[in-house]
Amino acid sequence: MAVLAAKANALTARLEGMSLPKDGWSAPARKEALARLTEMGLPSKRDEYWRYTDPSTLTASQAAKAAVFHAGDEPPVFDGVDRVKLVFVDGVFDPSQSDDPVLAGVEITHLSDAGRADIHWARDLYGVLEARGQNPVPRALAALNTAFSTQGLLIRATAKAARPISLIYIHDSEGSDAMLHHCIKVESGAELTVLENGPAAARINQVMEVDLADGARFHHIRAQGRDHERRAVTHIFARVGAGALFKSFTLTANGQMTRNEAVIELIGDDGQAHIAGAALGDGVFHHDDTIFITHAGERCESRQVFKKVLKNGAVGVFQGKILVKQGAQKTDGYQISQSLLLDDDSQFLAKPELEIYADDVKCSHGSTSGAIDDTALFYLQSRGVPKSTAQSLLVLAFLAEAITEIEDEAIGDDIRSRLDGWLNRHER
Amino acid sequence: MLEIKNLHVKLEEEDKVILRGVDLSIKAGEVHAIMGPNGSGKSTLSYVLAGRDGYEVTEGSANLQGQSLLDMEPEERAAAGLFLAFQYPVEIPGVGNMTFLRTAVNAQRKSRGEEELSAGDFLKIVRAKAKDLKIDADMLKRPVNVGFSGGEKKRNEILQMAMLEPKMCILDETDSGLDVDAMKLVSEGVNALRDAGRSFLVITHYQRLLDHIKPDVVHIMAAGRIIKTGGPELALEVENNGYADLLAEVK
Ligand SMILES: Nc1ncnc2c1ncn2[C@@H]1O[C@H](COP(=O)(O)OP(=O)(O)OP(=O)(O)O)[C@@H](O)[C@H]1O
Ligand SMILES: [Mg+2]
Repeated sequence: MAVLAAKANALTARLEGMSLPKDGWSAPARKEALARLTEMGLPSKRDEYWRYTDPSTLTASQAAKAAVFHAGDEPPVFDGVDRVKLVFVDGVFDPSQSDDPVLAGVEITHLSDAGRADIHWARDLYGVLEARGQNPVPRALAALNTAFSTQGLLIRATAKAARPISLIYIHDSEGSDAMLHHCIKVESGAELTVLENGPAAARINQVMEVDLADGARFHHIRAQGRDHERRAVTHIFARVGAGALFKSFTLTANGQMTRNEAVIELIGDDGQAHIAGAALGDGVFHHDDTIFITHAGERCESRQVFKKVLKNGAVGVFQGKILVKQGAQKTDGYQISQSLLLDDDSQFLAKPELEIYADDVKCSHGSTSGAIDDTALFYLQSRGVPKSTAQSLLVLAFLAEAITEIEDEAIGDDIRSRLDGWLNRHER
Repeated sequence: MLEIKNLHVKLEEEDKVILRGVDLSIKAGEVHAIMGPNGSGKSTLSYVLAGRDGYEVTEGSANLQGQSLLDMEPEERAAAGLFLAFQYPVEIPGVGNMTFLRTAVNAQRKSRGEEELSAGDFLKIVRAKAKDLKIDADMLKRPVNVGFSGGEKKRNEILQMAMLEPKMCILDETDSGLDVDAMKLVSEGVNALRDAGRSFLVITHYQRLLDHIKPDVVHIMAAGRIIKTGGPELALEVENNGYADLLAEVK
């Protein structure tokens, strides 16, 4: 009871001074989200799902300040990729820095316009996948987001988009506390790539709901921004139709606190869901990937590939689950989480889980934690490769399995060059 | 070329002494062979020369072309012209063989103040040398030594040597695991590199390799020391009679 009371009190403090946006089609969804949230309360580190990650900085009523990071002369992320750029500054859309949102086969509107325009497809999605994703584990911060977020994009693809949509999140004020909520619907046979990069704010709470109709294809590549002090909690809720493809890759370099949750449901037959991440932390760095993939259709394939490189006391967390429902025969589920600890001060905590109710399935999971292979390092050095270069080569080799999940070659190369840059800046 | 004097080596973590005063002098252009019973310290000698961690030199010196090797990092020794073909080549998952070779070649060129090879030039050279060693394109693309057969790994070592063109080449049991044809290929690879400015130290258990790579000098190593030095006939003696007589002679 004491715990419940503490949660309720924390929630009251968090909601102090906030009021539910009342206008437009999103109002009922917001009301329901607030009801869910009130029932759940805010998480604390006494919750099983937050055992390895203390949520207090994410739930606090005030966001802590975070210094704005200046990237120096490194070219911006995805610079060489031809894309439609949409810019948010401290969580607020900035049309002056954005491209015209014109892309054949894709409708782009704003959550902030919800009061004015009735967007039927979005009404059926906003808060809907988030609500489905609350079971069996509560995700209160996502419900908070649905209830109160007024910024974000509603993107609907009806054909194969010629260019990626690139969401750029600029962190401009050291006290910014932001929420973003995107809804993405890819119709049958359509294909869309969404890029995200940047820290977004001193503290960001993000939800992305992705609904893939039968045969739809969706690619998501994100680089979370190099600000050392920023804090982020992000949620992806995806529903994958028959024969549809969902792919998501996240690069996280730096950041004081990151919790990336993903809840993916394969509802049709022959769907595919791949989610991967590469995280690099040096010093004050806590990075948590919490993934839940449900197989409900037959012959679906899912992959979770998460790699973390940690040094100087950085902490990595992985909680990953594959749930295979009754009747989801011929499921092919794969999960790997690995960390490379560059010193003895760093830490990796992993909780891989399988729950299977079908009899004809293939599921594998593995988790490892280790140091750089000294023998390989010596072998490279003995061929004349300097130690720091040899180390970088081995770190990149360690991350390779996650990076190869990015299908587009140019985007993959961009991510690889970010890794190279980070490794150069963080040599021993 | 290589001048080793009274080299004593123990394990860093334990009190185990492995080399007990090794003396060895190899002149430019010469080929020396070392034979000796299992565990006598042959690989240890090669690792210590190449700069592997875990060993402590308690006495003695090792100079390559007048430069003291023992104070250098492994990559500096390589840049100075030393090359070790490993008894057990290392598998490196995730690093492509081609990337590995190019990184190594260019790192050495850079440390010598030479320009890096362009991707095109590098590819041309590597393809030609790989062809001589019957290493196919697929093996060049795969991660370093991963899934290579024992013989393929050894040929890959020789390919690295051919690309790096070192001055002092140490081959640690490069013949073990090779079939008859591969042994010929590898020997041809080595012989092609023989010249007045390059020396070889060939560690082997078998006379057979020395039929192909004719040594100038043969040493017998036992219990961490060179106990006998002679000409090619010494290898034949070992082949026919084993080590018992030689060991008895020393005692
Ligand atoms: N890192 C180590 N830890 C423990 N023992 C070691 C280590 N390195 C070498 N030794 C020991 O030192 C001795 C010499 O080993 P080394 O590998 O040099 O022999 P070798 O002459 O190359 O043998 P072989 O012909 O079998 O290859 C052996 O007894 C070996 O077990
Ligand atoms: Mg040996």
